[in-house]
Amino acid sequence: MDFSGFLLMRDEISLVALILILLLYDLFAPAKARKAFQPVACLLFVVQIAITLLPTAADHAFGGMYVNTPVASVVKTLMSAGTLLVFLFSKKWLEEKHEIAQGEFYFLTLSTLLGMYFMVSSGHFLMFYLGIELASIPLACLVAFSKKDIFSAEAGAKFILNASFASGVSLFGMSLLYGGTGTLYFSDMPIALTGTPLQIAGMILFATGLFFKMSLIPYHSWTADVYQGAPTQVSAYLSVVSKTAAAVTLFTIFFKVFGVMAESWKPVLYIIIILSITIANVFAIRQKNIKRFLAYSSISQAGYIVLGVMAASPQGLTGVVYYMMVYMFANIAAFGVAALVERQCGNTEISSYNGLYKTNPWLSVLMMFALFSLAGIPPFAGFFSKFFIFASAVQQGYYILVLIALLNTIISLYYYLLIVRAMFITPNDNPLPNFRSDNYSRIAMVVCFFGIVLSGIVSFFYNKFDEMAKESMEVCEYSMPKATDGTANGIATAAFDGQTAEAASGDASAATATTAMNATAPWPSTQE
Amino acid sequence: MEHIIPMEYYLVVSSIMFFAGIYGFITRKNLIAVLISVELVLTSTDINFAVFNRFLFPQHLEGMFFTLFSIGVSAAETAVAIAIIINIYRNIKSTEVRNLKNLKD
Repeated sequence: MDFSGFLLMRDEISLVALILILLLYDLFAPAKARKAFQPVACLLFVVQIAITLLPTAADHAFGGMYVNTPVASVVKTLMSAGTLLVFLFSKKWLEEKHEIAQGEFYFLTLSTLLGMYFMVSSGHFLMFYLGIELASIPLACLVAFSKKDIFSAEAGAKFILNASFASGVSLFGMSLLYGGTGTLYFSDMPIALTGTPLQIAGMILFATGLFFKMSLIPYHSWTADVYQGAPTQVSAYLSVVSKTAAAVTLFTIFFKVFGVMAESWKPVLYIIIILSITIANVFAIRQKNIKRFLAYSSISQAGYIVLGVMAASPQGLTGVVYYMMVYMFANIAAFGVAALVERQCGNTEISSYNGLYKTNPWLSVLMMFALFSLAGIPPFAGFFSKFFIFASAVQQGYYILVLIALLNTIISLYYYLLIVRAMFITPNDNPLPNFRSDNYSRIAMVVCFFGIVLSGIVSFFYNKFDEMAKESMEVCEYSMPKATDGTANGIATAAFDGQTAEAASGDASAATATTAMNATAPWPSTQE
Repeated sequence: MEHIIPMEYYLVVSSIMFFAGIYGFITRKNLIAVLISVELVLTSTDINFAVFNRFLFPQHLEGMFFTLFSIGVSAAETAVAIAIIINIYRNIKSTEVRNLKNLKD
């Protein structure tokens, strides 16, 4: 037996090891040692992130089920880093509210992270499905984490029912794709895709699952409710890490698998982008709750990210990954400040930010930087990420789409500035008193601060991602025509070319493939 | 061989299940009933995979394996959903959808 496939999965294996260590530690450590659980967990997680930083070979394992590309590897590092920041922000909250369940929080979060790892480097629809489910089922437990809190429970119910419904629809799409092409491998499917109505229906239904994860309009209705009801740290995780995985997977699948059907899905994405950006902006303006506000802002950010998928070029992929990194720092900082303020004043209303600058200047400045970065004001990283993603779309000729996105950036500036105005200008007789945050949150805030400021100015990141995106695109191309003897690939090629299929009519499987959905087709002998 | 049930018959059944599930998901008033509707959607997919595999691509068992995995995953999903619904029942002593109105615009 060949174990070399496992060497390629270094990121996943180190994460599984981390999960098991933390689980056993939480179960068996004596009460005294359990006090050090969170620092130990964070330290081990840093080690895991260091392991994901090591360069990996671009290759596939397990017969093409698992595909590792340089971009997948860097995205995994980003997701791990985002999760670590969320952990740092949640330390105090766990100690105060969920002393006993703190181990479970880490276990569940890391499990969803593992699912996202598999999503990003899947090479087969089954692998992708398992990944997306592993990423959403424990996430529902996290959303409903505060058991005594009806808001949390309600958000959990809304999330799990909507998520399983979306995955059911997505699964139905996968079954139609299977019926239309006869294969579930990402690398074999493009050859069999000819744009029949069955395949288009399958593709659109399939995409539901990813659109839902990215909470694009019209799949967004759960977002605001779940973000509001879930613990703030979990909302941060949902809005950043989960979205990163979905965005990169969306790019990979639409480029690699459905690239041949681009004229079918581009109009769909076109409409979805315009709807997401515009409607979410309009809704964000009228929010009174900071978490709902950030939820709508994250929907419109997701719309911008899909612009990179529209471009479907190496530059687009770079844009998506870079955008996700910048967005991660800014959004986690915003949610982190929201979590700290929530702990002090007990609510998440925007009005409790009035006059915050007078009493907590540093917190307000960080929040302002985060919001400016989300809005895309020049010196901050958000400007550069938006610039690159718009540039990649313009390069492919989507001028009107980019114009609409630009107009929406101006609208978004208005509502981001509403919060800045509340913190700096709006007078308040009794603002929130000055408070000290715990050291873990401070570390996370400092990291976010430097992330927001530096990731735009330092061109290292963009160049690195660009290099990796180009390399990964080459990997996509080389793995496309994977010759296996006869079987699935044989059907695929036959279905692709009608004449070949007729010529090879002696081969039962080829004949079946061409007459896939034909009612009068003679059924092949399925007994043997 | 002549008396085999044609593939469309299976597909009609699975499509009816799928759309009944969607209809139920939108119209049911109880969380458990909504969950049952979701299960209908997931199960209709299993039928699709098995049927496509059996009739169109009998050389491989890809579809059958997918069905097995999908059954397992949907069981896990249901378990979590039931746990959350029980949690809601503990909090507000009801599983009616109309009582879940704390979170709204």
